[in-house]
Formats: sequence, C-alpha cells, structure tokens
Amino acid sequence: MSSEAEAVQQPDSFSFSAENQGRVKTEIGKYPDGRQASAVMPLLDLAQRQNNGWLPRAAMDHVAELLGMPPIRVYEVATFYTMYNLKPVGKHHVQVCTNLSCWLRGSDDVITTCRRVLGVDVGQTTEDGMFTLSEAECLGACSNAPMMQIGDDYYEDLDMGTTQAILTKLREGGVPDPGPQIGRRGAEPMQRDHAKNQAAEGEDA
Amino acid sequence: MLKEENRIFHNIHGFKDLSLAGARSRGDWDGTKELIQKGREWLIEEVKNSGLRGRGGAGFSTGMKWSFMPKEVGDRPHYLVVNADEGEPGTCKDREILRHEPHKLLEGSLLAGAAMGANAAYCYVRGEFYRETEALQRAVDEARDAGLIGKNACGSGWDFEFHLHRGAGAYICGEESALIESLEGKKGQPRMKPPFPANVGLYGCPTTVNNVESIAVVPDILRRGAGWFASLGKPNNTGTKLFAISGHVETPCVVEEEMGITLRELVDKHGGGVRGGWDNLLAVIPGGSSVPVVPKSLCDTLCMDFDSCRDAQSGLGTAAVIVMDNSTDIVAGIARLSRFYMHESCGQCTPCREGTGWMSRMMERMVTGSASIEEIDLLEEITRQVEGHTICALGDAAAWPIQGLIRHFRPVMEKRINDYQATRNEQAA
Repeated sequence: MSSEAEAVQQPDSFSFSAENQGRVKTEIGKYPDGRQASAVMPLLDLAQRQNNGWLPRAAMDHVAELLGMPPIRVYEVATFYTMYNLKPVGKHHVQVCTNLSCWLRGSDDVITTCRRVLGVDVGQTTEDGMFTLSEAECLGACSNAPMMQIGDDYYEDLDMGTTQAILTKLREGGVPDPGPQIGRRGAEPMQRDHAKNQAAEGEDA
Repeated sequence: MLKEENRIFHNIHGFKDLSLAGARSRGDWDGTKELIQKGREWLIEEVKNSGLRGRGGAGFSTGMKWSFMPKEVGDRPHYLVVNADEGEPGTCKDREILRHEPHKLLEGSLLAGAAMGANAAYCYVRGEFYRETEALQRAVDEARDAGLIGKNACGSGWDFEFHLHRGAGAYICGEESALIESLEGKKGQPRMKPPFPANVGLYGCPTTVNNVESIAVVPDILRRGAGWFASLGKPNNTGTKLFAISGHVETPCVVEEEMGITLRELVDKHGGGVRGGWDNLLAVIPGGSSVPVVPKSLCDTLCMDFDSCRDAQSGLGTAAVIVMDNSTDIVAGIARLSRFYMHESCGQCTPCREGTGWMSRMMERMVTGSASIEEIDLLEEITRQVEGHTICALGDAAAWPIQGLIRHFRPVMEKRINDYQATRNEQAA
C-alpha cells in the first residue's frame, strides 16, 4: 500500500449500506460460481461512491472479506486503476483531458481557467473541499475536444468562457448541463459559432 | 462517398429514437432467430466472406478469429468478450455505438455468441463511460424484457446472457489478455501468448475478444449478405467504417464512411476542411495515437484503409484521424503521447516500463531543444530496443509515434536543438 494512502485519516471500519448490499449481490451474480473475485472492481467502485468518492483501507478489507480474496489482491487492484481514489477528493472531481486531441484544441486554456477559477493547482483540492482538480489521460471524447469530466458527466467542446461558467455554476450549487457546450447533441459535424462564444465569454467576465 | 442505402449506423449521432422500438424501426432485431438457426458454420463463413477486419486497431479477420474457437463446446463454457475499453487517444467511435446504437451491439453479440458457441458475453466498458454504460444497460433491460436475450433468445433455442463490466481507468485493459485479467478481478497485465484466448481465455475457457464496432456491424452483414459488405470499400479492406475526426478541422465529428475513402475527402466533406485550408495542413495521425504520423506530402493522396495506411508506413488503427495544422508544435505533440505511454505502461516488462520513461524524458528535452543532435539517433535506438521486446503491443505503440516523428520531422528536431544551443551561446557571450 502506498504511503499516500497511509498518510490520510483512515476510518476504522466500513460496511455497505442496506441499499448497496442489494447491488453487491447483483454484481456478484453476474459471474459464474467460484469466480466472485471478478466483482472486485464493481464492488470497489460501489464502496468509493458510498464513501464520498474515495476508498479507505477498511473498504478494501471489507470487499476482500466479502469476495474471499486475500486483502493484498484487492490492494493490488485498488492501486493499479486510476479511478480508485486512495485519499479524499473534493465533492466535484474535475478531470481535464490534456491528451493530444484536446491539447490541439485548447486544453491548456481549460486547465488555466480551472486553476484561476478554483485557485488550486493540478492535483490539489480547494480548501472548502468543493473541488479537486486533476489532469486526465484521453477520456475518449476526442471529436468533442477539449473536454473535462466532473463526477460521472462529460463537459465537451469547451473554451475558457464555458469552462468558467460550468465551474461557477457548480460552486453556486447549480447543476450545469453536461455534454457539448456549443449547442450540438453529440459528435455530429457542427460549425462552432465563434461570435456567440465570444459574447458568452463577455457575459461571464 | 458512402451511399445512403449502404449506411449501417442510422442513429450514430443520436437524433432518432433510442429505444428498442426505435431500433426495430431502423431494421435492428429483424429475423435474428432465422439467422441463428442457420447454424454456427454458416454464421462464421458469412462473416469471413464479408472480409470484415477487426475494428479495434489490429485489423485481423473477424470471421477467422471466430473460427479459432473449438468446434464443439466441451466441459468448459465458451465466452464472448466485447471490448468497449475505448481509450486510444483520438478514438471516440465506440462511445457513439454504446450510447446511440446499443441494440446493434446487443444483436451482434447474440449472433456472435451463437456463432462461437457462447451462452454468455461480458462487455467491458471503460469506467469513465458512466453515462454510456447506463444507456447500454437500458438497452440490455429492454432486450431482456422483450425476450431478445436471455433464455431462448429471440425464440431461437439459444440461451444468451449479456453482462456489463465497468473498467476503472487503465488504457492497457484495451489489450485483450489484460482485459481478461481485469475481468477476472486482477491487475490488468497482459498474458503471454500462446495459449491464445480462443483456447485459454476468461476463467481458463475458450474466449473471443472483439471490438464494439466489429460486433455491431455483424447483424447488417448477415442480413444483407457477405457479398454486399464485401462490395463496399476495396478488396481486402471491405465495408464501411466509423471515423473519428479530431484536432485542427472546422467540424470535428464521428462519421460512417466507406473504407478506402481518401483522407482529403473525409476531412473536407465531414471535418469541414483543415483549419485555414488544406495547404495549412502539417500532418495527420490516421489511426489513433499508436500509429506513426503522416506528413502532408503523403496525406495528399492517402486512402483510409488498412493496406493504404500501412503502405504509407503508418496504420489505419482505430481510424481516429488526428489533424494537425501548421501552427502545431509537432515535437510537443508527440512528446505528449510519449508521456501518455509512460503513464499507461503496466510495468510488467522491463523494456516498456523503463523504456517508456526514458523515451518520455528524452522527448521532453527534444521539445525545448535541450539535447544534442546525436541524441536523436539514441532516441531512435531506444525505440528499436523497446519495439518487439514486450509481451503486448504497448511497447510498440510507444515506439512508433517517435519513429514517425524522426522519420518525417528530423529537420524540425535538429533546428530546435541548434536554436537552443545558439541561445545558450549568446547568453554565455
């Protein structure tokens, strides 16, 4: 287990809520008898969701016990995959893709805007615990670049103005509309209306 | 240019009814039972004859892959695994199938399952595609309620279960044997081959891993006939293909086109053209981050199919077209990809674990020019030492973009280094 996980305040115990116990059963039921270890990923995800977005050691131990796995096998999985957070994260985990397709279309601007609006650097959490800012590898929405993921949602076709608007809305407790921010539905070809975007930026400023 | 009557994905952009009823009105789930009842041999032969080559990047014959599964189901059950762990930089086509055409994937899975003797399929969707997984799960529930999957699927006598499994953020799990490891509840580290999955795969059982798009086109191939699919595109590069266009074009998009379309037509007709016009083009990566970059001089005549891209010393890969105009710092762009491979190396093989780090750190210096001219050859040498010396293809994928850069943009790298030295000398003087 990494020193990173050791450094945080770890709860003494973890157990799944009554509602999640049903989900645990469903997940384990997807796999053949004796192959319940296959459910380790969905169960860790479930535990993380129940625990405010991060995975404490006690949750890993609980999952190990449920699945009859040696705890070390569960730690291996929890440390291998990037979506398991081994320390607390902000209420909104902002993950900006900076890979090639996003970089070509201005992910540097998105990162800069996030840092400016949130007042934290990549890898940091705001003091009020509202936001954690991360840089992500390709999130598979390259025709809608640049983009970021916040929680389970993708925000796509971003620029400085729309990035700022989304973060401001979240900070004020609102729910910004996910998906492309230039008025298209998905990945159909559509001309960006530069004039309209500039006007929107003006409003935010 | 693809004729409307030959289009497979009528709702790829999601404007039409996403429900089962909507999918049926577009021809999905039509006569599935009769297709299954034609038997395993017919199904496999038909897909083989269509010339369909795997849409996940490698381009291996899908029908051939199916034929490697044991002819009879013995003590060990057979499994179909659908690879929806889309994460190759530039690639975002399977996402559109998952959220907008899920019934094509489900019907294709059932047909593929029947063809290879699998009563169960696991679809491994990348963890970040949470909304896409929800959309697919809705389709699974609809199909199960309608008796299209489950016991006696479509009334065909064939039992077929379809399970979703979400990944958790590891590019390497797109490699089929790493995906199988991950599905078994382990770290996603690729397995040595042989044995191949068709013999020893998921839970030690015969398994075939297919890309989402490969499976989703199967129902149309079987309904309209192998000959129809084979008549599209070019010999040995048949059918239609989803292309993801990203980067410096006016209208980035995902679009279905005929295989073999010229890059220029694809970019001009669907991408709205290169930003600033075709002459402002610097280079294109035609098949996702793992294939070498193609400079403008070759782009002018490049056709988008497996063999043409290979002849241009690149590859069609996932048909993820990343367009870069003349404003691009190509060295920085490739350096970004090197950083990606360093991050995503699973750490199992030494040449890849260490080599991706070496390559990335050298590339970072190439970006500023803080290197010597001889180091370009050293960098090339390292890529050759990594390439072909690892269990899986991630090592190759990390090496090729750099090799492409050196092959086509060596003067840019040399100028960067000379300029850096000149600035240093000025400062010293």
